[in-house]
Amino acid sequence: MDAIFLQILNGLDKGGAYALIALGLTLAFGTLGIVNFAHGALFMLGAFCAVSIQALLTLSKKVKDESITFFDAYKEQPYLEIWWGDIGTTIIDYAVPISILAAIPLMLLIGLSMERGLIRFFYKRTHAEQILVTFGLAIVIQELIKANFGANPIPTPAPDIVSGSAKIGSALGLSDAIVYPWWRLIYLSFSVVVLAAVFAFLQFTTFGMVVRAGMHDRDMVNLMGIDVERKFTIVFGLAAVVAGLAGVMYAPILPPDYHIGMDFLVLSFVVVVVGGMGSLGGAVAAGFLLGILQSFASMNEVKSIFPGIDQIIIYLVAVIILLVRPRGLMGRKGVMED
Amino acid sequence: MSLDNTVLHIADVHKSFGGLHALSDIDLSVKEGTTHAIIGPNGAGKSTLLNVCIGRLIPDRGAVIFDGEELTGKSPHEINQAGVARVFQTPEIFTELNVLDNVIVPILSKRDGSYRFNPMKSLKQRRGAYDEAMHLIEDVGLNPKDMSGSLSRGDKRRLELAMCLSQHPRLLLLDEPTAGMSRHDTNSTIDLLKKIKERGMTKVVIEHDMHVVFSLADRISVLAEGRIIADGTPEEVKNSAVVQEAYLGG
Amino acid sequence: MLPKKITDSELSIVLIFSAVVLTMPIWLAPIGAGYPDLLQKFAIFGLFAIGYNILFGMTGYLSFGHAAFLGVGSYAAVWSFKLLTMNVLPAVVFGVLFSGLFAFLIGYVSLRRSGIYFSILTLAFAQMSYNLAYSVLTPITNGETGLQLTNHDPRIIDTMLLDQAPEGLPSTVLFGVKMSGYPGFYFCALILILGFFIALRISRSPFGLVLKGIKSNQTRMKFTGFNTRPYMITAFVISGMYAGLAGSLMAVTDPLAGAERMQWTASGEVVLMTILGGVGTLIGPVLGAGLIKYFENIFSAFNDKALHELFAFLPDGLENFVVTVVSPFVGEGWHLTLGVLFMIIIIFLPGGIIQGMEKINNRFFKRSSSAKSGSNES
Repeated sequence: MDAIFLQILNGLDKGGAYALIALGLTLAFGTLGIVNFAHGALFMLGAFCAVSIQALLTLSKKVKDESITFFDAYKEQPYLEIWWGDIGTTIIDYAVPISILAAIPLMLLIGLSMERGLIRFFYKRTHAEQILVTFGLAIVIQELIKANFGANPIPTPAPDIVSGSAKIGSALGLSDAIVYPWWRLIYLSFSVVVLAAVFAFLQFTTFGMVVRAGMHDRDMVNLMGIDVERKFTIVFGLAAVVAGLAGVMYAPILPPDYHIGMDFLVLSFVVVVVGGMGSLGGAVAAGFLLGILQSFASMNEVKSIFPGIDQIIIYLVAVIILLVRPRGLMGRKGVMED
Repeated sequence: MSLDNTVLHIADVHKSFGGLHALSDIDLSVKEGTTHAIIGPNGAGKSTLLNVCIGRLIPDRGAVIFDGEELTGKSPHEINQAGVARVFQTPEIFTELNVLDNVIVPILSKRDGSYRFNPMKSLKQRRGAYDEAMHLIEDVGLNPKDMSGSLSRGDKRRLELAMCLSQHPRLLLLDEPTAGMSRHDTNSTIDLLKKIKERGMTKVVIEHDMHVVFSLADRISVLAEGRIIADGTPEEVKNSAVVQEAYLGG
Repeated sequence: MLPKKITDSELSIVLIFSAVVLTMPIWLAPIGAGYPDLLQKFAIFGLFAIGYNILFGMTGYLSFGHAAFLGVGSYAAVWSFKLLTMNVLPAVVFGVLFSGLFAFLIGYVSLRRSGIYFSILTLAFAQMSYNLAYSVLTPITNGETGLQLTNHDPRIIDTMLLDQAPEGLPSTVLFGVKMSGYPGFYFCALILILGFFIALRISRSPFGLVLKGIKSNQTRMKFTGFNTRPYMITAFVISGMYAGLAGSLMAVTDPLAGAERMQWTASGEVVLMTILGGVGTLIGPVLGAGLIKYFENIFSAFNDKALHELFAFLPDGLENFVVTVVSPFVGEGWHLTLGVLFMIIIIFLPGGIIQGMEKINNRFFKRSSSAKSGSNES
C-alpha cells in the first residue's frame, strides 16, 4: 500500500510536466491548427532560462583564497557575494524561483515572435509542411543550446531551504518511510495551479470564451466580427509561457541538457494521442496518468518481471489505446479518428 | 412488384443524429436498369440516405440490400467492389493526377480487386485499361493529358462520372450531378446520363433541378423530414397532392 | 523530341543513372569528393532516401521513424558477420529481412492513423527503439559502445570453410574481394542502381499509381473499391526495407553498429534529403542525399583555424567577427546548419531542387519552343 502510494506520488511531478506541455500542444493545435514540433524546445528554453539566470547570478571574479595560507591560491567568487555578502548568497540560492519571473516575459516574447515570425506563414500550408518547419526549428534551437551550453547536463539546484524531503507518510498517518522531496511537491502544486489558472482563464473570461468558441468553429467566430487570429496569437504565447514555466521548474529535478526538449516532446505527443487530440481535459488527465504509470514501471519489482518496461510503458499504452479506442481517452467522437 | 429485378432494396432504415431523426421508416426498391430520382427539400435526408447506401454511415436500424446481399456494416471498398459507385456532390477526384490516370485508377480497382501487389508490372503493358480509359475520356469530352486539379467545376464532375462509369457498376449513385452547372453543361450532362441509361445501368439520382429529374427519372421518391412521402412515376408524383403541399404549401 | 523519348524509356533511364553513378569517382574528383569513403556514403544515403521517398513521396505519409529501420539493418548485418560469415550477401539479406519485419510491426500500428498522428507515432516508436537499444537490448546492441566484431566471434560458416582462423579482425568480403575502398563503393553503387530500378518500376506500376491515388485522395480510393490499409502497409514495409538495406550497407563498409543511427535527428536527415532533392521525384532524393553528405563532409572538416585562414583576406576586426558568426555552423555545429537549411527549404522551396530546376527550365524551354513554333509558321 505504502509502496503504491509512493509510486503515485513519484509519478505525479513528471505527469505534471507532461500535462503542462501537452496542454500547450493541444491549445496550439486546437486554436491555430498547428502541430508544433518545436513545443518541446520551448520547454527546454524554459529550463535553460533557469540555467542562464543561475550563470548570470554566479558571474564570478577571481579572488585570493584566504583559507589556504601555504601558497597563493585563487578561487572564483560571485560578484553578488562580493558586493552584498550573505544577501548575495541568498539571491544565488534562489536562482530558480527568480528565473520564473524572468521566464514569463521572455517566453511570452519568444512565443509571440515564433508565431508572428514563422508559424503564421504556415496556416495555409499542409500539415506535413507545418510539421517539417517546426521540426527544423526544433533542431535549430536544440543545436544553438548545444553550441552555447555544451552537451552535458547542467545541475541547477533548488533553493537550500527546500532541498530536503517532506515526511508525507507520517503527516498522513502512513508509514514514515514515505518521503517526498520538497521540490517535487512544489512542482506538483505548481503544475496544478498553472493548469487550474489556464482552465479558469479559458472558462471564465470573455477572452477564453472566444478562444473556446474559435476552437470549435473558427469561421463562425470570425463572422461575428471578432479578430480570432490575434486572440489565437496570444494563446500561442500563453502556451509558450506554460511550457517555459514547466521547464524552469523542472530544472532542479532533471539537470537540463540539449535533448531534454525532444525527449519531453515525444512523450507529450504520446500523451496527447492517448488523451485525445483537441481535448484539453484529456491531455491533462493522460499526462498525469502516464506519469504515474511510468513511475510504477520503474519499480524494481516490476522491472524484474518485465525488463525494460519502464522504457516502453508509455508507448505500449499508446498502442493499446490506438487499437482499442482510436480517438483517445477523452477525444470527441469523429474528431481525427481516421 | 417482382423481387427478381430489384437491384437495391432499402429496408426499414432508421438513422438519427442525437435527437434528430434524419431518416425514419425508409423503405425503397430500385429496379434493374431504371433511373430512380430522390427529391425533396433541403435537409430532408437525401444525402444521409446515399451515405447509408455506400457505407459512410451505418444505420441505427434496417438494412440496405444490394443484389440480394446485405451492404449494411460493410466497408466502403467492399461496397464498391460489390458493384456500387458514387458521384459526390463536391467532386472527389485525384487532383494531383492527370485525367488519364484518374480514370485508370478505378479500372485497376475493377480488375485487380481491393488489393493487389504488382509493383514490378508496368502500367504501359496494360493496354486494355489504357484504351478503355481513353475511350471513356473521349465520351465525356475531356483531354487525357490535363491535370485534373485545374479543370473547371463542370469538367471535374464529368471526370468523376467517367471514373465511376469505367468500373461498369451495377448501381450508380449520383448526388446532385448538375449542381452549380450552367444550363449548357447541365444539358450535356443529361445527355451523358441518358447515354448510360441505354447501357442498362441502374441509377439513383439526388437532384434539386426538376428539369433534370423529369428528363431522366423513371421513378421518383419524394423525401421530406426523413420520410418518404410519395413514390411513383414522374406523372404520379407531379400530380400528387402531398408533394404539392410539401413543396408549395410548406 | 529526343530527350522526351529517352526519359520515357526505363532502360535508358537506368543506363544513364548507372553511368552517372559508376563514374562518380571520376567526375567528383575535381570537387574533392572522389574518394571511396564519401562515395560509399553517397550511395548508401541515396538508397535510404529513395526508399523513404517511396513512402513519403508516393503516399504522402510523413514518417519520422525511418532511422530505426536503418539501425535494425545495421545490427542485423553485424550479427550476420559475427555469427555466420564475413560474406556481405547474407548480411545484406538479413538486414533487409529484419528491418522489413520490424517495419511491418511498427507500420501495422502506426497506420491505424493518418496525417499528423502517423508522424507522431512513427517518431514515438523510433524514440522507443532508440531508448531500448541503449538500455534493455544491450545484449543485442552492446549499448553505448556499439556492436563490433571481436576475435572470438563464432562465424560458423567461415570456420567451417577455412581450416585456420585468420589473424586479427577479419574484414567484410564478397567472395574474396574485400569490401573496403573502391570495391566497397562499387558494391554499394550496384545495389543503389538496383534500388533505383525497383523504385522506378514501382512508380510506373499499377501499385505505384494506387499509392499516388492514396496520396491525392484517400476517400475517393476507398469509394473506388481499394482497401487502402494493406497498400499503405506494403509501401511502409518496402521503404523500411530500403532503410534496412542502407543500414546493412553501412555495416558492410564499416562493420559496426550503434544506437545513435536510430536517433530522431537521423530520421530528420533523410526527410531533409528527400525534400531538398524533390519529394515524389525519382532522382531528387539521390541528389539531396549526395548534396547533404557532400556539404556535411566539407562543413564538418572546418575548425576555427581553417575559418581564419579562409577569411584571412578580410581586415582583422571583420575577420574575427565573420569567424565568430560562422563558427557555430561548422565542425561540431553541422547539425545547426542542417536545421537552418531544413527551414529554408520548407519555407522557400518545398518542391525541392528538381522542382526549382523545372521552373527555371520551363521558363527557358517555353520561350525556346514558342520561338520554334513561330519559325515553323513563317
